Amino acid sequence: MDWSGPVIGIEHYLVVSSILFVMGVLGIFLNRKNVIIILMAIELILLAVNINLVAFSVFLGDLTGQIFAMFVLTVAAGEAAIGLAILVIYFRGRGTIAVDDVNRMKG
Amino acid sequence: MIQLVSFYIFASIVIASAAMVIFARNPVHSVLWLIVAFFNAAGLMVLIGAEFIAMLLVIVYVGAVAVLFLFVVMMLDIDFAELRAGFVKNVPLGLLLAVVLVAELVLGIGAYQAGAVKLGTPEAGVATLSATVPNIEAIGALLYSKYVFLFETAGLILLVAMVGAIVLTHRRSHGTRGQNISSQVQRRPQDATRNVNQPVGQGIEL
Repeated sequence: MDWSGPVIGIEHYLVVSSILFVMGVLGIFLNRKNVIIILMAIELILLAVNINLVAFSVFLGDLTGQIFAMFVLTVAAGEAAIGLAILVIYFRGRGTIAVDDVNRMKG
Repeated sequence: MIQLVSFYIFASIVIASAAMVIFARNPVHSVLWLIVAFFNAAGLMVLIGAEFIAMLLVIVYVGAVAVLFLFVVMMLDIDFAELRAGFVKNVPLGLLLAVVLVAELVLGIGAYQAGAVKLGTPEAGVATLSATVPNIEAIGALLYSKYVFLFETAGLILLVAMVGAIVLTHRRSHGTRGQNISSQVQRRPQDATRNVNQPVGQGIEL
């Protein structure tokens, strides 16, 4: 078979990133009690965003998208660190990480 | 041909491992599947020539974030079976929402493919990709010139995140004797030492 021209369009990447995004949202909905899985689902969502940014950056020929993917990555790393720190102190106080009774804030 | 094959391999593994992240019973397995997802996403990015972001993904996500997750999951003694109690109850709503979202996104992508909306072409000369300059070099040239303040802000965000994480998790332990640095620094020789002309045969008063 003779392949001429680009065989992978931006639509391929967009479909992958949207499926990944929806996986992240689904993960938040399904594991509503488990904060660790919720944080991982947020990481998946940010990964989908990054794939989107990089794909558009390459297919439109503009490097700015990759710079912004880097900033998204920075924020994702910071968010994971802070989120896990909050998780650790939450676990120290409660002995569990179930977040369905998180409205009972007592400091 | 090999581009298409490798794209489909990477894409299918990314999506399958994302599904495993959500559905795995053990959060440790979730973290490991997350690592697989990140690796294959990096593969997807290498495939279209964004090597720097791909390497960053492997280094930052796999090397730092995933390991952080792994530490926390293994450090906390959590009853995960109890946390999965509402899982089945949430499945219908979650799946409904997921189907609606996928349908919307695919609709948007289909419209994009059909060319219904005319987007402006990016301004040439701002940050155009060049075939001769390597990806990392081009990113560095752009990052340290046009986006240098944003770059510094990113560093500041990381600093704040680091300080915040330390402040949140730092536990002042009681019952141990810590070091009081200011009193050590303020200590003068005349307070600490004493010159005595001690007579022979008498005990020393300490």
